[in-house]
Parts: sequence; structure tokens; C-alpha cells
Amino acid sequence: MSGVLRAARPRGDRWARALVVGLPYAWLLLFFLAPAIIVLKISLAEQTLGVPPYTSLFAAGRLQATADNYLFLVSDSLYASAYLNALRFAAGATCCCLLIGYPLAYGIVRAPLRWRNALLLLVILPFWTSFLIRVYAWIGLLKGNGFINNLLLGAGLIDQPLTLLNNEFAVYVGLVYSYLPYMVLPLYAALEKLDPTLLEAASDLGCRPMQAFWRITLPLSLPGIIAGSLLVFIPMCGEFIIPELLGGSDTLMIGKVLWDEFFTNRDWPVAAAVALVMLVALVLPMGLLRRYLVREAT
Amino acid sequence: MPPLLAIDRVVKRFADGDGAAVDGVSLDLAAGEFFALLGPSGCGKTTLLRLLAGFEEPDDGRVLIAGEDMAGVPPYARPVNMMFQSYALFPHMTVFDNIAFGLRQNRRPRAEIATRVRAMLDLVQLGHLARRKPDQLSGGEKQRVALARALVQEPKLLLLDEPLTALDRKLREETRFELVRIQQRVGITFLMVTHDQEEAMSMATRIGVMEKGRIVQIGPPDEVYEHPRDRFVAGFLGAINFFAARVVAASDGVVALESAEAAGRQFSVADKRAWTPGTEVALALRPERIVLGAAPDPRWDNALSGTVKGVAYRGEASDVEIELASGKLVRATIANIERRHHASFARGEAVALGWTRESGIVLEP
Repeated sequence: MSGVLRAARPRGDRWARALVVGLPYAWLLLFFLAPAIIVLKISLAEQTLGVPPYTSLFAAGRLQATADNYLFLVSDSLYASAYLNALRFAAGATCCCLLIGYPLAYGIVRAPLRWRNALLLLVILPFWTSFLIRVYAWIGLLKGNGFINNLLLGAGLIDQPLTLLNNEFAVYVGLVYSYLPYMVLPLYAALEKLDPTLLEAASDLGCRPMQAFWRITLPLSLPGIIAGSLLVFIPMCGEFIIPELLGGSDTLMIGKVLWDEFFTNRDWPVAAAVALVMLVALVLPMGLLRRYLVREAT
Repeated sequence: MPPLLAIDRVVKRFADGDGAAVDGVSLDLAAGEFFALLGPSGCGKTTLLRLLAGFEEPDDGRVLIAGEDMAGVPPYARPVNMMFQSYALFPHMTVFDNIAFGLRQNRRPRAEIATRVRAMLDLVQLGHLARRKPDQLSGGEKQRVALARALVQEPKLLLLDEPLTALDRKLREETRFELVRIQQRVGITFLMVTHDQEEAMSMATRIGVMEKGRIVQIGPPDEVYEHPRDRFVAGFLGAINFFAARVVAASDGVVALESAEAAGRQFSVADKRAWTPGTEVALALRPERIVLGAAPDPRWDNALSGTVKGVAYRGEASDVEIELASGKLVRATIANIERRHHASFARGEAVALGWTRESGIVLEP
């Protein structure tokens, strides 16, 4: 049937279709695949003094590729621990985002209709201020004579200031604070679609409210949980600004290592290798997860 | 022994609504009944059902199920189950898991769950679809899963909210018989809510007609149809003609009426009530009780004449619209009992209408 329809469609229409489908692909090709190939190229070169600061891949008609940069990543345990640290921070902060974001999204969905848009607006309101400035603002809140310490001292709850800044705690606070909206929005979308009659049916069939949540609400909001978690987890892994500003000197995350290789050491090939390993390490498990979910759904 | 369900002057008001959604409803149901609550949308019938299921609490009055007061008893603890209009099947579970949901919730043994779900699947003839998910089912199949999921709980009372509305016409008519057959087999009391008078009359042993939050008449289908207590009930249960009339005389169980809409003609209606002459009343007349002829038949108790305005051929019957001399339109339904001589009237044709004394109904105006 669709073949018949397509045959009947005028030529101009087919062009419009090709354009609509082709444009996003062209975009991805130009701004994702092409840069990735350039990064791959750099990662196979060697560092030199000059502009650009790496050797070209073809010299004197011969391919001059080297895997040294990748071998270097394996040989120095700093990189492995930086990767693992980044994953650890991202995983922990994603869990926190989920634990805070789920009740938040649930509350918004259950709020009276006239409040719902206002509450959603509040969730995305922080986006109106620059990300960098908001992270800086946390320094003011968390530092030794900052707002929170002064408040606790003033209330007599503590005798001397707590160390809230330049440690892992501050990094977690920064990550959770910055990425929470990206968790709340997909969860809201998933929960909003949930038909409240299903919960009534569960109640009618003997479920107390909490049991109905575990058996109906949670499984049906799973797509939102997965979407939100991925949306938050992936950029957290490569996060540079938050550990740089809020973390301590010992807070090692791969985004920071990448920055140092690129700007401080000016070792573009190693930086490129760091970036590519990160990309592969994230894309592969995500792709497998997606395959699994698609299979589950059908 | 108390009735299976006793609703005692129940009132429910909503904050945003004007007046009460359910306004002092009382109703007793005996075990094994198939009762239909019939009314237009917004008459409060679904609210009443939700009060029984426990999704709403009444503002006043009591609900007793098998003699037990349901006040403050949450839905999950009530011996009732509901079949939702949208079916409310759990989309992430198979047909089997949907039906087993309540049994698993009650922690029944595995073997018992399997046996009871299988028996239910057989009852609704869905054994071959047990492993499907709801979105892989047709509307009729979903409806049967919803029924099975509620019935497997063996409730004292099954509430059905517009159980057939989401089905297409042909399937709806077949399913009527099936629902009645299943109800008789399982012996569970059914309380159905519907806005479709044909559905209510063809399935229920008793019906209750609701209007503006009140039950205005309760009785077996034929009684409510043939002896409606007011114009609302008469008009809601099928098509009907009303004539504004005045009582001329009433004696020996026959009332003589006079109607300006029928050019001052007198009619006789069999009615045992003692009407005072001069009382303004309404004469109600069902279209299928009117016979048509080229000229008045001397055997007719009542006769009128008019011209045909239009004919709607429906296959099994034809609806004929007739204009009287006064301009009043009357509808008559003629059964097409013969293939060659089905009712065929031309527009503008002069026609005589007749009906028996027993066909007319005298109502308050």
C-alpha cells in the first residue's frame, strides 16, 4: 500500500522528503563524524613543536601512524584511575539525580493543572543564567566563610566551619545541581503519559498505593528513567568545569586530564587519544543497552 | 438476610460542580441480579459506580455490601471489582499476567493462580492469546481480558462502566449475549452503567433510569419501557411522540383526552388512574404502536390523518414522519415484515394513523 502511495506522490514531494531525512544526517556527518575522524587522525600522530603541534599522517608519500599515544594511556595508571573516577562520580551523581528527580517529577505530574506549567518553568529556570556563573555561585555558598557555614555557625549547630569546598562532596553537589533538570524533564514526560486509571485498576485489584507504585508506575516510567540517566550520565563523565572549580587538587576526572594534556602539555595526540577512548567507552555500552531495550519493547 | 448491595440515600458533591453529582440515591440489589444504571452523560451514574468501588467517598449516606458498611474502606479492601470503560489493562504485562495480577497481589499459590487464570481464559475464549501484550489485541479481545481480570477475583459484585461502548456496533450486539451468558455462568451480581437504552434493556434483569443525580425509575426493562413514570424516562427509553392534551373524562379505566395539536380530536387511553377532567396532561405514543393506512380503519380506537413528510428506510423497519394539519410532526415506525410490500410511502402522500387504546400513555405534562 505504501508503494502505491509513494508512486502517486509528485516529484517535488519526494525531494522534500529527502531533504527532511537528509538534513539531520548531513548535520551529524559534518559536525560529528568529520570532527571525530580528525580527532582520530590526530590521535595517531606524534607531538611536535610547531603549528599544528602534531606530525602529519602522510609524510613523503608514506603513512606514519602510531599507536604510541594509546599505549601511553595504558602504561600510565593516572589515565585509568581518571577514567574510573569520572565513571564513579558520574554514576554516583546520576543515582542522586534519580533519587531527587523522580519524586520531583512525580510531584509535578500530580500537582493541580494550573500549577504544573509554573513548576516546570521553575525546573528549567536556572538555564537562564550561565552554567559557569551558577557553578561559581556554589563556591560562594560552600566556602569556609560562605553562606552555608555562616548559617550553621549562626544557628549554633557547629563550632567551626565545615570543609565543604574543594573536595568530592562539592563535586557531587555541583554535578547533581547542574544536571538535575535533564533528569526531571524526561521523567516528567514518562510519568505524565501514565494513565491514572491504571492505578485505580491496580487499587481495585488489591494493591495498596505503594504496591501499585512498584508494580505499575515504576515499570511504566522505566523509559523515562533510562533516558534521564543517560542524558545525565554521559556529559557528567566528560565534565571539566565542575571538578576544576569545586573539586580539590586530588579530584581526578578524565575531563580535567584531557584539558591539561591539551592546554598545559600541548600534547594534542595524547589528548585526542584520551577523548576517543572516552567516546568508545561510552558509545559501546549505550549501543548495547539500546539494542537490549528495543528487543524488550517488541 | 441483607441485600447484596444496599445504597442508602447517598450524596456526592464535587467542589467544582453545581449541585450534587449523586443526589440522595437509594438502591438495593439482590444477589445474582444483572442491574443496569441508565442515563445520559453527566447524570451521575459513573460517579455512583466509583462510590461503590471506593474511588470516591460519599458526602452523605451509606453503602453496604453484603451487610457491611463500606465507609472508609479503601478500594483494595472492598469485595467488589470494576471493569473500566477504557479497560485499563496494564500495557507492560501479558494477557496472562494482567489476569493473574490480583491473585498474585493476594499471594495465592502459583498452581492455583495458573488454574484460575486458565479457567478464566477459557471462559472468555482467549486461551490462545495468553502471551500477548494488550497493544497486540483487538478492541473486543481487550474487553474480554478486562472482564476476565475482574471476574477471576470472584468479587461479590462486579461493576461495569460502559462495558460495550468502545466496541463497534456489530461486535457490541454479539457481546451483549456473551456478557449475559457469562454472568449466568459465574453467578456474580453485575451492576452496569450505560447511556445506551437498548444495551440496558437487552441485558439487564432490572434497570434504573438516572437523571441529574437521582434514580427516577427502577423496574424490569419492559415495565420501564411500557410504563414510564414521566416524560424524561419515556423519552430516554426509545423514540416517542408527545401530544399536549387535556383530560375530558375518566371512567371505567378509560381516559378521554382532547388535544389542540390534533385539531381538537378526542382520544381514548386505557388508564386506571382517576384523572380530574380539565387536567393538562401529555399523551405519549411510541412510533411502533402506530399503524398507517390509506384511509382510517373503523376498527382503530384512535385515528388521525396527515401527510407524509419523509421516510427513512432502515431495512427491518421504516421510520415515517407525518405532518398533521396543525403542523405537528408525528413519527411512526412500520415493520417491513414482507420483502415486496415493505412500507413505501411517497412524500406528500395523504395517510391515516391509528392506534389502540392500550398503546397510549398518559403522563404529567
